[in-house]
Amino acid sequence: MTMQTLLLLTSALFCMGIYGLVTRRNAIALLLSAELMINAVTINLVAFARLAGGVTGQVFAVFTIALTVAEVVVGLAIVILLFRWRREIAIDSANELRH
Amino acid sequence: MTESSIFFAVAAAILVSAAKVVSSRDLVHAVLWLGVVLVLTAGMFLLLSAPFLAGIQLLLYTGGVITLMLFGVMLTRRHREIGVEVDSSRRLPGALGALALFGAMACAIFRTELPAWPASEPIPAVEIGRAFLTDHLIAFEALSVLLLAAMIGAIVLGRQRDFGDEPETVYRRSGRP
Repeated sequence: MTMQTLLLLTSALFCMGIYGLVTRRNAIALLLSAELMINAVTINLVAFARLAGGVTGQVFAVFTIALTVAEVVVGLAIVILLFRWRREIAIDSANELRH
Repeated sequence: MTESSIFFAVAAAILVSAAKVVSSRDLVHAVLWLGVVLVLTAGMFLLLSAPFLAGIQLLLYTGGVITLMLFGVMLTRRHREIGVEVDSSRRLPGALGALALFGAMACAIFRTELPAWPASEPIPAVEIGRAFLTDHLIAFEALSVLLLAAMIGAIVLGRQRDFGDEPETVYRRSGRP
């Protein structure tokens, strides 16, 4: 396990998240892809924290994880609101602000 | 098994499950594969000498987020469309864009001199807790306020009544007068 292989792994994970964000139409599937990307970033943060030594990096990794959880909570609430309003959660259909 | 072979096994499993997350047609399957990715990420944290983070990851993500996601899928699922619509016209540009970004990042990674791992002990939870309550106290408090705000926001967004100025059909559809 070198730093390089780890960084390659996380960038592959991040790019898969981007692919999911572009191709999916379902709002919850978009949230899943965003989770994937944030997960890659958190692994990176922990890896660099180990490289730098000390405890601060891990403290900030805890922050990232908590922020992600908050994001998921609010995101899901918005998705459920969208579903209750429109009876579907395909994101292309939510285009009221365009008209 | 050496640490390196464990790492490669976990990395390969993470990549395969991540591919399943973005490609499976059933949304429930995608959520469960995401759960696999998150559990394996906890294993990766263990390899990176962060056992506290591994515990947090298991508790918050696989315990909380996956459950929430499953609830979200089940609450918003309609009977006639079981699968996830994947826009096939966007598949090629998406794959090309993601590959281009990956290529750029891989180039940057290979051209950078990265130091080898320093020998490091797993950091115990006591030290992280102490750092939270001394050096990073303000950030910690801000985080708790943020979590509270997210919770209140989710409750306000998710409750049934007070739709504001939305059309009447909303009330009819949701079975309310």
